[in-house]
Amino acid sequence: MTQVLKDLGDYIAAALPNDVLSTEVTRVGELNVVVRAASIVKVLTFLRDDSGCLFKQLLDVCGVDYPGREERFDVVYHLLSLKHNQRVRVKVTTDEETPVPSVVGVFNSAGWFERETWDMYGVIFSDHPDLRRILTDYGFEGHPLRKDFPLTGHVELRYDDEQKRCVYEPVKLVQDFRSFDFLSPWEGQGPLPGDEKAEGSH
Amino acid sequence: MAESQIKSYNINFGPQHPAAHGVLRLILEMSGEVVDRADPHIGLLHRGTEKLIEHKIYAQATPYFDRLDYVGTMNQEHAFVMAAEKLLGVEVPLRGQYIRVLYCEMGRILNHLLNVCSFVFDVGGMTPMLWGFEEREKLMEFYERACGARLHANYFRVGGVAQDLPAGLLEDIDAWCDQFPKVVDDIETLVTENRIFKQRTVDIGIVNAEQALDWGFTGPNLRASGIAWDLRKAQPYEVYDRMEFDIPVGKTGDCYDRYLVRVVEMRESVKIMKQCIREMPAGPVKTEDRKVSPPPRAEMKQSMEALIHHFKLFTEGFRVPEGEVYAAVEAPKGEFAVYLVADGTNKPYRCKIRPPGYVHLQALDMMSKGHMLADVVANIGSIDIVFGEIDR
Repeated sequence: MTQVLKDLGDYIAAALPNDVLSTEVTRVGELNVVVRAASIVKVLTFLRDDSGCLFKQLLDVCGVDYPGREERFDVVYHLLSLKHNQRVRVKVTTDEETPVPSVVGVFNSAGWFERETWDMYGVIFSDHPDLRRILTDYGFEGHPLRKDFPLTGHVELRYDDEQKRCVYEPVKLVQDFRSFDFLSPWEGQGPLPGDEKAEGSH
Repeated sequence: MAESQIKSYNINFGPQHPAAHGVLRLILEMSGEVVDRADPHIGLLHRGTEKLIEHKIYAQATPYFDRLDYVGTMNQEHAFVMAAEKLLGVEVPLRGQYIRVLYCEMGRILNHLLNVCSFVFDVGGMTPMLWGFEEREKLMEFYERACGARLHANYFRVGGVAQDLPAGLLEDIDAWCDQFPKVVDDIETLVTENRIFKQRTVDIGIVNAEQALDWGFTGPNLRASGIAWDLRKAQPYEVYDRMEFDIPVGKTGDCYDRYLVRVVEMRESVKIMKQCIREMPAGPVKTEDRKVSPPPRAEMKQSMEALIHHFKLFTEGFRVPEGEVYAAVEAPKGEFAVYLVADGTNKPYRCKIRPPGYVHLQALDMMSKGHMLADVVANIGSIDIVFGEIDR
């Protein structure tokens, strides 16, 4: 299975040498293809139509946020080929400003997924026919799945009996938000002071 | 009046409408009685599940999956625990796998019963709803006997299931399996050849195979369009490769075919359940790897090591090694998948949930264009949507 995926990855990389940046079979046996953001439409069209691929279904598009990176967002596409019973994961990277070309022209199923990625991460998709927010409230500000967006959000909603309407107010917590970090301090932090003595005694 | 100009207008359908199956707000642009454009506004039930999961340890994430599609709950837990198991490299004992398959098929029947019956209800038939809910109630009792909860089960664990089935439960499920096909027969007598039902559903909302692939259809909706694709057969997980069952396939991909496919799938699920009960071996139901699954309580009273493991698992949780994985299961509504990115800590870095209903609802505009207003209701009923999973 892994060998088949590896060959498929090499095949894709050989067919699109200027667009594919790297291919890799992960340790759980899945094919990752990293491509240039500008060529995503070309790559997905190739994957859909080439007889060696025939990835006729785009099952998922989502974002992942890595705030420490220069281009902080990954946009991840999951494709499925019914013909060859294979899956492939295509990734591009981008930042807040650079738009990613929309793939709605290749797969209609991308429409709402791209809207969701825009809504949740603020990734801009160029040429999307209808890039509105989808899951958040009308008039919502911010992109909630970014790592720098607080879990509590910024505003809360309540019904105001005097004004006879719902009002938005800044979040007021009755007690401070506590993040429980149970990660053991003893694992993975490197040598402790005094460890060198134990090493020396062996 | 020789010629009359029909003005196009908008209808606000939902979010409080019984046929909207939850909190769907649908803006319909109509010209006369014909739909020009359907624009679903979703997100009214958005709870930020993915964000919450990023802030919880792995074991605390499974209850959120019950609250997505709250009709077939265990199927979704299954996707998440499978994702974590793949990254951890944990094997589930055979009995655990059989129990999972048994309960996933039960979830499928729960889901299809609700969908078929409420779909018939939407287009005018009330009786199947009453009959179907009686059976659903019995199934939920089986859920309750296994895990203590009727709906939000939280039964699957990374590495197996929470606890073994109580004595006598399998016999009762077996007895239920024997009488259930009769109920499906009864429902079918009322509905399948019913003239009114056929008038409302045949050739309504046709999705051909090409469109179904393009719009990302999965599950019964894809099979109704004539494509024999089922993850249980194509990419078998757990013990599905040992099961004998058939995949029903539709011809035209209209609302009627989607109904038929679901009815046959219920019968096939009963077959799988029977096989599970017959073949289920004895043995442990979850992995013995103490770094992932907690020790039994009796052992904790005796062994210091077991106590430490228990304490660590319920405070810090287990760490999942760095990596990413896409785990998909054939949920009742279609391919339900979890894309999990782990960074080596005890919390998921990113947990993207791929709900099948989200994709199907997106195609509602394509399906409803040019149909009458009443057909929109039939379309919504037939694509099987639940807002818990669409809005997340």
